[in-house]
Amino acid sequence: MSGAFDLILCLMILGTAGIALFVRDALAAIAFFIAFGNLMGLAWLSLGAVNVALAEIAIGAGVTGILLILARARLLALGDPVHSGDTPTWLWLGAFAACTSFAVLLAATVLSITPESGLDRVVAPLMPGLGIENRVTGVLLAFRAYDTLLESFVLLGALVAVWSLAPARAWPGRPAEPRMADGQMHQVAGASGRVLLPVALVMAAYLVWAGSDLPGGAFQAGTVLAGGLMLAAMGGAIGLPRSDRPLLRAALVLGPLVFLAIGLGGIAAGGFLIYPKGLAKALIVTIEYTLFLSIGVTLALLVAGPPVADSPVPDAGGNG
Amino acid sequence: MNLLGLLVAVPLGFMVAALLLRGSGRWLILAAAPVMAGLALWLALLPPGTTLLVGNWDLPLGILLRADGVARLMVLAGALVIGAIGLHALVDPPGGKDGGAATAETFWPLLYLMWAGANAGFLTTDLFNLYVTLEMVSLAAVALAAMGSLAAALRYFMIAMLGSLAYLLGVALLVANYNTVDVTLLAQVARLDLATVMALGLMTAALLIKAALFPMHGWLPPAHAAAPAPASALLSAIAVKLGFVILLRLWFEAFPAITGSAALHVLGGLGAAAVIYGSIQAMRQDRLKPLVAYSTVAQVGYLFLAFPLVAGAVEPSSAWAGMTLHGVAHMLAKAAMFLAAGLMLKAAAGDRIADLGGLAQAMPLTVTAFGLAAVSLMGLPPSGGFTAKFLLLSAAIEQGAFLYAGVLVVGGLLAAVYLFRALSACFAPLAGAGPDTASRGPVTGGVKAVAPLALAGLAIVMGFAGTALVDVSAIEVPWATPTVIQPEVAP
Amino acid sequence: MELLAPEPVSAGHIYAVTGAILTALGFYAFIVRRHALRQLLAVNVVGAGVFLILGGLGRGPDAIDPMPQALVITGIVVAVALTAFGAAMIVRLAEAPRSPDQGKAGKPDA
Repeated sequence: MSGAFDLILCLMILGTAGIALFVRDALAAIAFFIAFGNLMGLAWLSLGAVNVALAEIAIGAGVTGILLILARARLLALGDPVHSGDTPTWLWLGAFAACTSFAVLLAATVLSITPESGLDRVVAPLMPGLGIENRVTGVLLAFRAYDTLLESFVLLGALVAVWSLAPARAWPGRPAEPRMADGQMHQVAGASGRVLLPVALVMAAYLVWAGSDLPGGAFQAGTVLAGGLMLAAMGGAIGLPRSDRPLLRAALVLGPLVFLAIGLGGIAAGGFLIYPKGLAKALIVTIEYTLFLSIGVTLALLVAGPPVADSPVPDAGGNG
Repeated sequence: MNLLGLLVAVPLGFMVAALLLRGSGRWLILAAAPVMAGLALWLALLPPGTTLLVGNWDLPLGILLRADGVARLMVLAGALVIGAIGLHALVDPPGGKDGGAATAETFWPLLYLMWAGANAGFLTTDLFNLYVTLEMVSLAAVALAAMGSLAAALRYFMIAMLGSLAYLLGVALLVANYNTVDVTLLAQVARLDLATVMALGLMTAALLIKAALFPMHGWLPPAHAAAPAPASALLSAIAVKLGFVILLRLWFEAFPAITGSAALHVLGGLGAAAVIYGSIQAMRQDRLKPLVAYSTVAQVGYLFLAFPLVAGAVEPSSAWAGMTLHGVAHMLAKAAMFLAAGLMLKAAAGDRIADLGGLAQAMPLTVTAFGLAAVSLMGLPPSGGFTAKFLLLSAAIEQGAFLYAGVLVVGGLLAAVYLFRALSACFAPLAGAGPDTASRGPVTGGVKAVAPLALAGLAIVMGFAGTALVDVSAIEVPWATPTVIQPEVAP
Repeated sequence: MELLAPEPVSAGHIYAVTGAILTALGFYAFIVRRHALRQLLAVNVVGAGVFLILGGLGRGPDAIDPMPQALVITGIVVAVALTAFGAAMIVRLAEAPRSPDQGKAGKPDA
């Protein structure tokens, strides 16, 4: 790996981040944030962390970017221009001084630590027992499966939290339709959504399968599914479901529930989250497939936002 | 068989069930409360030294759950408090007046999420796992706060998220420096270097935000005061405690050799300042719920005032017990007080303390619950609050730490001033209008008062169970072998 | 540049230092940017910086540690979950800026 490439990439990361943080226009800021996320993905590739690169590009740049774009559009429709207002001089001077010293201190700290892949030595000999090749998947779904289990509930909880914001009359209801304002774009999205949703599904399923041995996995695949669902919804190929549909609820909890059940089943084999001998791979794949479905649906609904009252078409700016 | 995992898995199961049952999910608490109380009691009675390696993966990589004294007491108190709050929310639903159907339904999965997150956090010794549990609790906490004031919740959210990342940054430095994030392993390998000091500083700052220690408390009063009563109770009783417990793990277990006495006195000083500042602010409030919320700022102060007392003691068990029991007593008493305050405000003419007149006659049980909770918060005997303060006070005097001793005494007096003010308002004659209090009827009033009364009663009863609780708190303390001490306990 | 490290600067250090600067940059923007949506963006940059520190310092001479990678993936998912909630709160607050209890509840200490 050439050091010059790394250095240039890092400068570009810092540059895009700087613009994303400090440019006046919010849309430009978000655009640069997405570019920043993609460059971060490159950085992860350069570090040799393909799994993280996929997650960063799909989730860090993709989903987060869409979230910010939608939020900005909704704020604009509500008459909030997303201007930052002026910062008092003393504040930014003080903050500048503090953050510069913080940067220097943190950089010095980081340089005082020798980079090493210390736990790789611990992970490697344990992998044969799992029957999968991807070490990151091994950490996520075996050695530290407990973290991942809790994390899947954080994601579910975030959707519940978003739902809790629904206005009184809107519950239980549907999220605002993320329709394209431009009619032609709408048709394109609709047509491509119909085609792309199955493609996304197949691609995502492959990502999960590959995730046992190659880079990939439930979270990356779930994002692809969520992307397909969102695109299909934007074009009107599928409608967004009411928050109280039993089938929807089942799809949301399926992954976390199966994960939890397998964890509890482990008690029969000796303890919480223990995979019985020889079954590790089968159980990991089961968890990944169910988790990917739930993550896909959850992420799509997180992007869609809380249910809104039925009557007005939201993007038309009903409150304006 | 080792069932520690159930304390996390069962609430998560209830969360899923609540989501599947939708509107009727609220009835699940009728099963969840006794089941969790039973599990927590079982945990408290386990033989010392019970641990669980999740998935049986060994340590530098895996995650260790451990039933030490702090975990036992916090999980048990948490089970009683959350269970009671949940049961109370059946009769006094958080959807409340503004008819938020979404609030009424989503309250339940969020309650179970917080329950699982809190238990997971109390039990684990893994600092990254603690990050995930912190996020579980913070997420639920912000959502619950948003049920009252969206603006306050957003402020809470932003500062909590920044705090989480500062904590995670600390974890990142530790994992790079030591190749482990397990507290028990770090205790063996910790060394004094830049990375460790930086990590500890970042994590401490982050956790002080989460625990709302003065001067990082700013987000707490608006968020806690505006939320519906059951949500406020969860926020004040549970959410701020997790940050405190993680700090215990860091300061007393992983890095006791690195946290010098100066740093400990900084924490202690902030704690003392919090006691005084929170109490004065509570005295200045003319509305009931902000008063109770500022009292939380003050009570959190005691937890940190105890840090130098524990570290400075020759025999730390007694100060340690005082600190832990204070956390437990505050959980019980503050949850009771918020629930009672919620009922009182619904019956009163307005949300001002002056509007509480006549309530002592209209809802004697609820006002009694408020009063009993106040007794424990002030630290009057017999109560859990008294036992805790007594242990802390004797530790302070023994060490000649008269400043801390003084704050302990003055804090109690100030608490008496602001809490008696609220109480005496209830006994004042009905102020002019507001006779609609009677329309609620005595029967429902009685049922509604059960949960706050039970919690406040427990806070009082704690005063009689002091020795047993001190013994539990001494299980697997971070230093040496646990020594059982015989403290003086309330009559 | 800020690379004052001894001679051979490893790739891991380059990325970790970049992460450190990103973190500080994000913190700074969080303080001076007053709009909540921009603060949310800033928080995400801080997160990315922290993740990069984790990854960079886990990058040995010939391999990258799977453990920090897993931690970062967990962190990314947690971050997006919270960002979604934060964005939803910001939009809701703009929809209902003056719902009944907001004004008063914001400042209990008069």
